[in-house]
Amino acid sequence: MNSPPGTMQPASSLAQGAATPAIDVHGLNKHFGDKHVVRDVSLRVERGEIFGFLGPNGSGKTTCIRMLCGLLTPDSGSGTCLGADLLTESARIKRQVGYMTQRFSYWEDLTIRENLDFVARMYQMGGRAEAVERALEGLGLQDRAGQLAGTLSGGWKQRLALAAALLHQPQLLLLDEPTAGVDPSARRDFWEELHRLAAQGISVLVSTHYMDEAERCHKLAYIAWGTLLAQGTAAQIIASLGLATWSVSGSNPPSDISAALRGAPGVAQTVVFGTALQVSGTDEVALGATLGKLGRDQPALRIERIDTRLEDAFIYLMSHARDPAAQSAAA
Amino acid sequence: MNRFAHFSAVRWWGIVRKEFLQLRRDRLTFAMIVGIPLIQMALFGYAINTDPKHLPTALITADRSEFTRSFVAALGASGYFDIRQTLPDEAAGRRALARGQVLFVLDIPAGFTRELVTGRHPSLLMEADATDPVAVATALGALQGITQSALRKDLTGPLAPLGQKPAAFDVQVHRLYNPEGDSQYNVVPGLMGVILTMTMVIMTGLAITRERERGTMENLLATPVLPIEVTTGKIIPYVAIGLFQATIIVFASRYLFGVPIAGSLVLLYGAALLFIAATLAVGIMLSSIAQNQLQAVQLSFFYFLPNILLSGFMFPFFGMPGWAQTLGNLLPLTYFNRLVRAILLKGAGFSDIWPQVWPMLIFMGVVMAVAVRFYRRTLD
Repeated sequence: MNSPPGTMQPASSLAQGAATPAIDVHGLNKHFGDKHVVRDVSLRVERGEIFGFLGPNGSGKTTCIRMLCGLLTPDSGSGTCLGADLLTESARIKRQVGYMTQRFSYWEDLTIRENLDFVARMYQMGGRAEAVERALEGLGLQDRAGQLAGTLSGGWKQRLALAAALLHQPQLLLLDEPTAGVDPSARRDFWEELHRLAAQGISVLVSTHYMDEAERCHKLAYIAWGTLLAQGTAAQIIASLGLATWSVSGSNPPSDISAALRGAPGVAQTVVFGTALQVSGTDEVALGATLGKLGRDQPALRIERIDTRLEDAFIYLMSHARDPAAQSAAA
Repeated sequence: MNRFAHFSAVRWWGIVRKEFLQLRRDRLTFAMIVGIPLIQMALFGYAINTDPKHLPTALITADRSEFTRSFVAALGASGYFDIRQTLPDEAAGRRALARGQVLFVLDIPAGFTRELVTGRHPSLLMEADATDPVAVATALGALQGITQSALRKDLTGPLAPLGQKPAAFDVQVHRLYNPEGDSQYNVVPGLMGVILTMTMVIMTGLAITRERERGTMENLLATPVLPIEVTTGKIIPYVAIGLFQATIIVFASRYLFGVPIAGSLVLLYGAALLFIAATLAVGIMLSSIAQNQLQAVQLSFFYFLPNILLSGFMFPFFGMPGWAQTLGNLLPLTYFNRLVRAILLKGAGFSDIWPQVWPMLIFMGVVMAVAVRFYRRTLD
């Protein structure tokens, strides 16, 4: 194995780790034809951080991730991945990044072992056989190493894909909806593994639709229509929106009050949550007045102030952000 | 992106290994590799005949004599004409031709013998269905010789002066390399290039588009593997397959069709290797352009047809107009057909075949460059 300057060397990359963030990109743009799918996205992910990437379907998450690992060339923007320039050093980036695609994209007509061995060869790994054995052991798949990857269940495919993405000991993991379609216990195991990796100094950028997963990330970014709407820790994102939230319970069904409150002063959104209705708004005073009036009209209701949850914040972000194409047309 | 990243033998071999493993598990493709050359050899080798014989012929005889009987017997003996029926008149002859029951109608008019013996140089009418010129050409060509020789033994004694006098000089024809004029000598070696073109272009055409269609291309592109490693690595297993197919064809042509192997087998394999590489480069290029497997197959057929029609496999190369020859000269199959025929039938050596070798080298270089250029490093 040859190691030209810039290939991964544990010692040097640790030294680098202190100096440069894992991902530091500014003003990324990408068009597909005349569709502007990513608009001026800037991201900063520190070393050893688990960074959650959230947003509705088609918001540009996958496109962003593909630009970060060199699968797509940004139309404009600049930045670095693990200290390597995004535009000119994609070969260097590829060597140190582990990428897990949204759809299982290993070779279904190769066995588990053959897939891992192939990946090891692509990264010119030394001690290939041991690395593959270690990965198989970690997966607990030594007995089934000769099984074709296509015959694995969804959960096992996902674990194989993670093991393959980790095989060359990358410094940065890019995971595109890794837990879609995976059962809850497998998801929990998966996230424990991610936290173990982060503790070792590996940075993780993971896109997800699950709120419980978002809450397990160190930092989050929320993207819609290709535009980054919020970035920071969960607490920072919630605080930045200035949402006040009340829980209204005791009415059956809660959707009746929801209809009554829609459009009332101060009410930005209502979300049914079990038997309770959560009402949020940015104008705390107006919302308080509206709910006070509701309490007087229907004394049976229990109305209490609660903390705004991440989910409320994201629902608020999604419903209040407009498609910039439509916005610019209006302006 | 470091454009001059080093070629890595480890990665390259990884690609080669992967292709072999996948190929081994793809039973249908495997069956095609062996099946296609065998079936096509058997089918075309036995079926295609550029020297058709035993063509159905009808007779209209308004005059019967020793002379007409001799002539009809000579027609049958030539092997070209197979006299199937005797018809009453010319109208019946036309009908038989129009219906395709016969290809020839020989009309012997009344009083033919009397005119012949009195030296008035009578005519026989041979009507031929010339819709397919190739089908009737050789038989009609043989007619002249038959007329001359048929009556020679009958025109003796006082009738001898009616026989044709020999020309003032003679042209000796020497049919070299294929004295019997056996069309299998021509068709079977030609099949080697045709079969290789078809299987090689389609199989490699599918090789890259398959990765794209199954989504595995995304994975491949995310690794540091270089385009040159992917494209050349994917070619290698098919080179082995191509040589295997060539071997099947050489065996079949020698032992099934009795085509001689006059030249060096090493030279033949060298030529086959070069041709396979050139053809695979085409397949890789097509698959770099095509978006999916269906398009790759369609593009393969666009490439395949001119190769069959313009390369001299099906129709004589020098019979084509100049512009078509120019087009044919752009195709590697044209050169390979000449190469194979030269080595197998003529025993040509390396210096004889060099004029056919360098155009193939240039073709391969250009196509490979285009393929690597168009190979998408990204998903853009």
